[in-house]
Amino acid sequence: MNDALDVALRLIVVFAVFLVLPLVIGQTEHKVMAHMQGRLGPMYAGGFHGWAQLVADGVKFAQKEDVVPANADRRVFQLAPAVALLPYLLVLIVIPIGPSTSAVGQVIDAGIFFALAVMAVGVLGSLMAGWASANKFSLLGGLRTAAQLLAYELPMLLAAASVAMAAGTVSLPGIVNAFEWWWLPWQIVGGLVFFVAGLAELQRPPFDMPVADSEIIFGAYTEYTGLRFALFLLAEYAGIVVLCGLTTVLFLGGWHGPFGGEGLGWVWTLLKIAVLAFVVIWLRVSYPRLREDQLQKLAWTTLVPLALAQIALTGVVKVVM
Amino acid sequence: MSPIPGSGLAKGLAVTLRTMTKKSHTAQYPDVQPELPPRTRGVIGLFEENCTVCMLCARECPDWCIYIDSHKETVPAAAPGGRERSRNVLDRFAIDFSLCMYCGICIEVCPFDALFWSPEFEYAETDIHELTHERDKLREWMWTVPAPPALDPCAEEPKELAAARKAAEKLAAAQAEAERPPTEETSPETSPGGES
Repeated sequence: MNDALDVALRLIVVFAVFLVLPLVIGQTEHKVMAHMQGRLGPMYAGGFHGWAQLVADGVKFAQKEDVVPANADRRVFQLAPAVALLPYLLVLIVIPIGPSTSAVGQVIDAGIFFALAVMAVGVLGSLMAGWASANKFSLLGGLRTAAQLLAYELPMLLAAASVAMAAGTVSLPGIVNAFEWWWLPWQIVGGLVFFVAGLAELQRPPFDMPVADSEIIFGAYTEYTGLRFALFLLAEYAGIVVLCGLTTVLFLGGWHGPFGGEGLGWVWTLLKIAVLAFVVIWLRVSYPRLREDQLQKLAWTTLVPLALAQIALTGVVKVVM
Repeated sequence: MSPIPGSGLAKGLAVTLRTMTKKSHTAQYPDVQPELPPRTRGVIGLFEENCTVCMLCARECPDWCIYIDSHKETVPAAAPGGRERSRNVLDRFAIDFSLCMYCGICIEVCPFDALFWSPEFEYAETDIHELTHERDKLREWMWTVPAPPALDPCAEEPKELAAARKAAEKLAAAQAEAERPPTEETSPETSPGGES
């Protein structure tokens, strides 16, 4: 009975984080992007500086008609948003935010494999949406998503493998436990590759070729309306949380901080996630969209060699020490 | 090519970060009233005491959005034995702001300074007929007309002032000439009054 309660409580907490953090990041994006462009952003919803803007958006989406195109593959079309969103919820369970076992939803020994494998499932949602919509633009978007997934999954896995080699474990809490401060310069290249590849996998600008609105409307999501469309948007922001969480845990030392001890570990983790999320927004505002060929070129000629070089470096240091 | 690879990327990030720390340019209009430039064209006010119903404004209006009705009254002779005078009395003066294109020709053309620009602009209506502002409403706008802004430094003197000053100087010169003791007999012929 006690075990069941414990599991239920953990799931509720993870679910609450899953619902709240993406909205916080979304609101931050509204405001940060606005100020980076010399605007104010939402100012009315909720009274104080538009804090309830995303709640209002959610209400609006809920009121809209849920349209399924006549020629669409109905079941797949309706399932796609869930496939896009749920993997991020599952990954969130295994990300540790503090040193104690109560600060992680569930410790999985092969945590890094679980996280990366499940995260890649999320992209399938876009593929399903693109294929099932019976729309040429959606199909183009879906195919671009597939190409992007193929190109960027490899450097992401290689960079993560480098950290696993360094720590000698594939368990996420184990990796953070093994972390020393000098890992930061040692694994910096791997960290950059992981972060950039993760951004590309989330289809965040500047890697948003699959949803390039000036060319193919909204890619795979063109035919979606109402709540299902909102779920795709939520998946994007949940993906930011997961990516920033994984980068923090793998490369930035998770709950380790210059001071504060073990008790404040969760503060450090959340702080690092927040800074990374800010960087995600910052990159979106600053850079134009990469062309399809530039996307592929960046992955195959830059990120993959860099990730391999990082693995070689990790191996050499590991053997010498 | 930039000397250091990636310096362009860093420059881009710096631009957005710098913009974020600066004040934003958004005008929060309904909460904060806009700061309008001088001589803003918001609405047209009527100072009807100056209006002589000459109809110039109504005729020059490209949109024909000015409606003027008047009738003629006779004024009894001012002096005994004089002739009765007739004058126009304004019955209706209305501007249809749903037609008006704010060109300001009516204001330019008015020879008696009866029309003025006012910077007020918040007179949207839900019924288009309400946009025809009648005489009383146009008069209300008159009280919102600001004093004309001061001239720019080193600007040319206004024509009215220049003409008045020239006339005053001429008069002063003539008076000085007349008050001078008549030393010569030819002075009346060389007075400045003869030159003009």
